[in-house]
Amino acid sequence: MTMRRKLIMGSITLLTVILFVLTMFPFFIVIINSAKSSLEIITDPISFPAKWSQLFSNVQEIWNKPSVRYSSSVISSTIITLGSLATISVFSAMAAWVLVRSKSKVSTFIFLLFLSGLIIPFQVVMFPLVSLFRTINEIFGLKMLRTYHGMILAYIGFGTPLAVFMFHGFIKSIPKELEEAATIDGCSKPQIFFLVIMPILKPIFVTIVILNAIWIWNDFLLPMLILGVGQDIQTIPLAIANFAGSFVKKWDLIMTAVLMAAIPIIIGFILLQKHIIKGMVSGSIK
Amino acid sequence: MGDLVPPLFKKGLIMRQYKSDRLWFWLFLAPALFAFILVVIIPFIMGIYYSLTDWQAVAGIKPNFVGLENYKTMFTDIAFQYSLIRTFLFTFLSVMSINFMALLFAFLVTREVKGKNFFRAGFFIPNLIGGLVLGYIWQFIFKSVVPSIGTLLHIPALEDLLLLADPTLALFGLIFAFTWQYAGYIMMIYIAALLNVPQELLEAAEIDGANFWQKFRSITLPMIAQAFTITSFLTLVNSFKQFDIIIALTKGGPSTIYNGEIVNATELLAVHIYNVAFKYNDMAQGQARAIIFFLMLSVISIAQVYFSKKREVEM
Repeated sequence: MTMRRKLIMGSITLLTVILFVLTMFPFFIVIINSAKSSLEIITDPISFPAKWSQLFSNVQEIWNKPSVRYSSSVISSTIITLGSLATISVFSAMAAWVLVRSKSKVSTFIFLLFLSGLIIPFQVVMFPLVSLFRTINEIFGLKMLRTYHGMILAYIGFGTPLAVFMFHGFIKSIPKELEEAATIDGCSKPQIFFLVIMPILKPIFVTIVILNAIWIWNDFLLPMLILGVGQDIQTIPLAIANFAGSFVKKWDLIMTAVLMAAIPIIIGFILLQKHIIKGMVSGSIK
Repeated sequence: MGDLVPPLFKKGLIMRQYKSDRLWFWLFLAPALFAFILVVIIPFIMGIYYSLTDWQAVAGIKPNFVGLENYKTMFTDIAFQYSLIRTFLFTFLSVMSINFMALLFAFLVTREVKGKNFFRAGFFIPNLIGGLVLGYIWQFIFKSVVPSIGTLLHIPALEDLLLLADPTLALFGLIFAFTWQYAGYIMMIYIAALLNVPQELLEAAEIDGANFWQKFRSITLPMIAQAFTITSFLTLVNSFKQFDIIIALTKGGPSTIYNGEIVNATELLAVHIYNVAFKYNDMAQGQARAIIFFLMLSVISIAQVYFSKKREVEM
């Protein structure tokens, strides 16, 4: 390597490290400030905490504080995310499979209808949706707002277009002969789908689950409209908004809450890094 | 061929088979289609209708048809005009800043830097943090950390910098936070494109005496044109739709004066729609603005895809 090349490589590495440190800086701020008392954080937000053990008392306070209800929001977020993931992926795969295998005009029309969902922004449908859910309650006596099933139904509605689209592209590449062979062996339609097709769909399932998991876990506007801030069922972002949006800013506890919200996602990312990056990027390109 | 058809396949059986296929078609489709129609399609149609009425979203009060009245009011509303201008400004600057940083990141981590996978992951991680949560992180940084750093380094300008309280600078605070979140994601798309650029081509150009800029302009840039279509579209649409970060960082504030009226400096369209409907309690106006928001997004998408495709061919 020539001297000049070494110099260039050195400066590239240096620039990378500087940018990396700057990118990590907000995380560093969150971590050091989660371990501070309310007084300490006001007087000095940039040095290391006096005692790290403060972190545990902060976590404990957030976890148990009745005005935050963090523990119950973790449970709610988990129920909503898992419930939505299971239903979105299975229902979309089922729909995409019959849409690919049927060549009728109706099938093409329904597929295009799903695609239209990809360009309709959430803002256009959010007010009428809330109103529709309220009407359903009035007419059928079925409570939709502030319930788990209402929330999950809304996620299925908004999640299916992309999922159907991605499954559709994948299923097209599965040879039809496989299903015909299974039919001859006496399999019924549901048996073919759940025993033959579903196992083949595994890689695309992973992609769709990851894409939707990150979206639903972090989502704010939709749960705010369906569940409401400060109501019985709260997702983690709602609980944080409710707590952090109040007039007196308790930054020490907000930083702890932020840290607690970020840690499961970051651990998940470290464990599933390859799948997540691949899944999120391919989800955008398609 | 006819001889091979087993006698079992008589007309009745085929008919029954066809009917059962149709039944399964609808059964398999039903859950996804039902949810999608109920949650997206019906509200979408309701929304178009409501935007033409004096809808108040109150049970028992029937909306009256008012024609294009809401749309007329909207375009004479100073707050809406201002929000529109700010949204375009925010979108333009965000697209620039995110793509610049993403391309820079992608360049750095596709060189022979030690531990490049580690750096890639690091640049990507902010993307996993939800807009609301990261908004609070940056609010704290702008309000407390930046002035403290100013005190530490004895820079009075930083010490007194109240970025989020300044009507001009608050927008840049948003762009900064959004770039931090999104550049790592866009970087991944650029990385995929950069790795597709054939190394032999770059080496050949180097032997011919091309410098870095010439290589970039004549080889790399045209080769990653496809990626530009995707990244510019994604950044454009996502900047235009930004909501969570604004709510957590500025709530649309601070207020400022535009054409003699008090407006909110960072009340971009998505936030504006929400505020008109819930804060000012005008559902029909909010809905009409949402329809315009949808139309603008559609136009942006179509125009953007059209021009990018054209450019790709020319290059």
